[in-house]
Amino acid sequence: MDIVPFDYEVLRLIWWALLGILLTGFAVMGGMDLGVGALIPFVAKTDDERRVLVNLVGPTWEGNQVWLILGGGAIFAAWPAIYATSFSGFYIAMIAILLALILRPVGFKFRGKVANRTWRSVWDWGLFIGGAVPALIFGVAVGNLLLGAPFSFDDTLRPVYSGNFFGLLTPFALLAGLVSLAMLVTQGAVIIAKRTTGAVAERARVIGRLSALATIVLFVLGGLAIASLVDGYRITSVVDPNGPSNPMGKSVAVEAGAWLANYAAHPVLWLVPALGILGSLLAFIGLSGRRGVLAILASSLAIVGIVATAGISMFPFLMPSSADPKASLTVWDASSSQLTLFIMLVATLFFMPIVLVYTAWVYRVMRGPVTVASLGRNPNAY
Amino acid sequence: MTPVDPVVVELSRLQFAATAMYHFIFVPLTLGLSVLMAIMETVYVMTGREIWRKMTLFWGTLFGINFAMGVATGIVMEFQFGMNWSYYSHYVGDIFGAPLAIEGLMAFFLEATFIGLFFFGWDRLSKVGHLAVTWLMALGANFSALWILIANGWMQNPVGSRFNPDTMRMEITDFMAVVFNPVAQAKFVHTVSAGYVFGSVFVLGVSALYLLRGKHRELAIRSMVVAASFGLASALSVVVLGDESGYLATEHQKMKLAAMENMRETEKAPASFTVFAIPTGSHGEEFAIKIPWVLGLISTRSFTTVVPGIDELVAHAELRIRNGMQAAKALAAVRANPSDAAARQAFDASQQDLGYALLLKKYRPDVENATDAEVKQAAGDTVPDVWTLFWSFHIMAAAGFFFIAYFAYWFWQASFRRLDRRRWALKLAVIVIPLPWIAIELGWLVAEFGRQPWVVEGVLPTFYAASGLSVLDLGISLTFFVVLYTVLAIVMFWLMWRTIQHGPSDKLDLTAGEGDVSAAPAKA
Repeated sequence: MDIVPFDYEVLRLIWWALLGILLTGFAVMGGMDLGVGALIPFVAKTDDERRVLVNLVGPTWEGNQVWLILGGGAIFAAWPAIYATSFSGFYIAMIAILLALILRPVGFKFRGKVANRTWRSVWDWGLFIGGAVPALIFGVAVGNLLLGAPFSFDDTLRPVYSGNFFGLLTPFALLAGLVSLAMLVTQGAVIIAKRTTGAVAERARVIGRLSALATIVLFVLGGLAIASLVDGYRITSVVDPNGPSNPMGKSVAVEAGAWLANYAAHPVLWLVPALGILGSLLAFIGLSGRRGVLAILASSLAIVGIVATAGISMFPFLMPSSADPKASLTVWDASSSQLTLFIMLVATLFFMPIVLVYTAWVYRVMRGPVTVASLGRNPNAY
Repeated sequence: MTPVDPVVVELSRLQFAATAMYHFIFVPLTLGLSVLMAIMETVYVMTGREIWRKMTLFWGTLFGINFAMGVATGIVMEFQFGMNWSYYSHYVGDIFGAPLAIEGLMAFFLEATFIGLFFFGWDRLSKVGHLAVTWLMALGANFSALWILIANGWMQNPVGSRFNPDTMRMEITDFMAVVFNPVAQAKFVHTVSAGYVFGSVFVLGVSALYLLRGKHRELAIRSMVVAASFGLASALSVVVLGDESGYLATEHQKMKLAAMENMRETEKAPASFTVFAIPTGSHGEEFAIKIPWVLGLISTRSFTTVVPGIDELVAHAELRIRNGMQAAKALAAVRANPSDAAARQAFDASQQDLGYALLLKKYRPDVENATDAEVKQAAGDTVPDVWTLFWSFHIMAAAGFFFIAYFAYWFWQASFRRLDRRRWALKLAVIVIPLPWIAIELGWLVAEFGRQPWVVEGVLPTFYAASGLSVLDLGISLTFFVVLYTVLAIVMFWLMWRTIQHGPSDKLDLTAGEGDVSAAPAKA
């Protein structure tokens, strides 16, 4: 492609990083809303308290969820083989996530429309499911990526999946799910602690401190499992990082400890999992010392560290295959064409700064504590 | 014989159709109401008259309830290509994924970020600031439609791309051709205009209900004036700038047109337009009423261009299948030996028909060895279901012409300030509220059902594109989607009806202070 000013290899690396940024963007921004949803029944007891929480995320959750929508679109555009193989392979898990996510827009919007206790309770639990279930399953999915999924390709590169939903629920994958849940609950708790007052904020501080500690413990357990119990994958043939996207031309070995090879080769990378632990610890300290901004920043950094830890462990793998390791999808053989990667890069570089600017502006406009009194002035409050 | 169980293919199609049609109950109203609200708020900012803000808030409440369902049904759309159509996603993701991702970046972010401020920003922004937010939200909704229809337009007319034997998929060659695809552009104008018509019919109908009941007259009259003017312009746009201009762009669009018109044999130009037809026998006999010339004129914009009939198009498909078999043979040679230059050359010469050879996969895996009978059978498969298309198209088109007359009437009445003169007209306005929705769903049926057997015209047959899921997988997902969506849709319509019954709140004064105003807080 003469018109593309970057090597295919460089574009693939950029899109590996952008995929990480988009998914982290969702985990940080959308994670807030998922965490708040998961905390609603436990942090807020009275209807007024629950209204405060719903209205805390109400004005901004739609925009935050677009990180997930965009993540889906970007995987489709930049990594079509991943989009095709993972979403069809994890079919029932995806359905569970979607059914849970469907409850959120209607939960937020419909809840406040009728002043009936049962009505509101139904939507509260809908919002709980809409927050907790995706937070858990996203982690289970990442756990299964680390374990490898049972898929292969036929000679027309049609993905053939040989597992089922219950096969996804292995102990390690569930552990990864709990890391994700604890991490996002912390993210929800820090925002509640910062932007609400009274008993709600107090309960969020208690739960948030517990979940921050749980994040550390579970994350370290996960790391120990990776070091000892979970086999990693390693490419054993010579790969052409500029070659056409066809996964079937390589050979891959399954080896204990292979997921730590990148860390062994570049010890500076240990800073990334350290950021996950340190961030969670700082979130704990921030919540204890009532330093709301610190807690939010620390919890967000913890998410960055934890997501990046998984990504770096697997690099260059994106979706290893346990059934047919050579069919594993990697950065070098699962991307879209050089031209598409370039077009998408230009579009991202153009639009993403604009999105960040107006998102920041909206948060600025909506800043300040959310209280029952502040809701009263707004005719559109949920 | 086929790579995916035909029952799974049918269930996957049913699920996609169901989720897409559910989604499109809500989307057109979002498109229409967002622009109507932006117009009303603009009048408010320009005149400073409180009633216009009250109108924006009232229609905004209904818009919000509807939008929530649009989001709830839309999230499934972004993921189910990969879930249910994994070979499609692999095969065309290089092209189709890009507009979908850009839709998120450019449009949905804009719409979703500003919708929060639209509802929560009234007391935090200046008048002009809030107006800008409302317009940006409406702009986001419309950009969203643009990119989705660019993606859909490519499925109808796959320009700017070619097959790469090394990766076994279609890859992009000319992005600008994809963006400025004439089919996509025609579909965009047609679809958003239809959304504006829906929004206008909705606002007019609800306002008419208020006039019939003698309530909220100030709001109803003004809303009707806006809806009548905007609706008339939109209804003209739907019909005049309709999809028709795209129908001669490609082979299968011609097939679709012939099927919509039940035109078996090619007629001398300009072809006649069939207004009404029913089958009267089992061998293709039928009773039909035709108007000379009209079809040829509207679809070709000329007196001399011929509109081909179904039989001619089937014969042509047969030629393309035979050429596609050459492509499949050459492709197999390239796959066996990637450095075989002669095979690559042979493939390049015939690759535009590779998709036609894939039609044969229904009958045998080694398509290059297909028999004459199989080729003829596959060519016959390119004819979509004529009677479904014929009636879907004709009802939709009739609705389109009806709306021009309908809005012309209301525009006339509004011009002479006598909107509430005729009670039967007001009653009619209430009754026709669901009509644009029926027309819009039928329009999608024509576009998508009419594209069969292709998922991407001439490139990939639908049966070949599905994921290899089990019937149980599909049973579970389809059941849950249908039950959940149906329950939520019933709740939504009930909430809308309740909001309409309640009418615009008198307590919308933002300086009122304490207390929930849109719904009394439950004291738990």
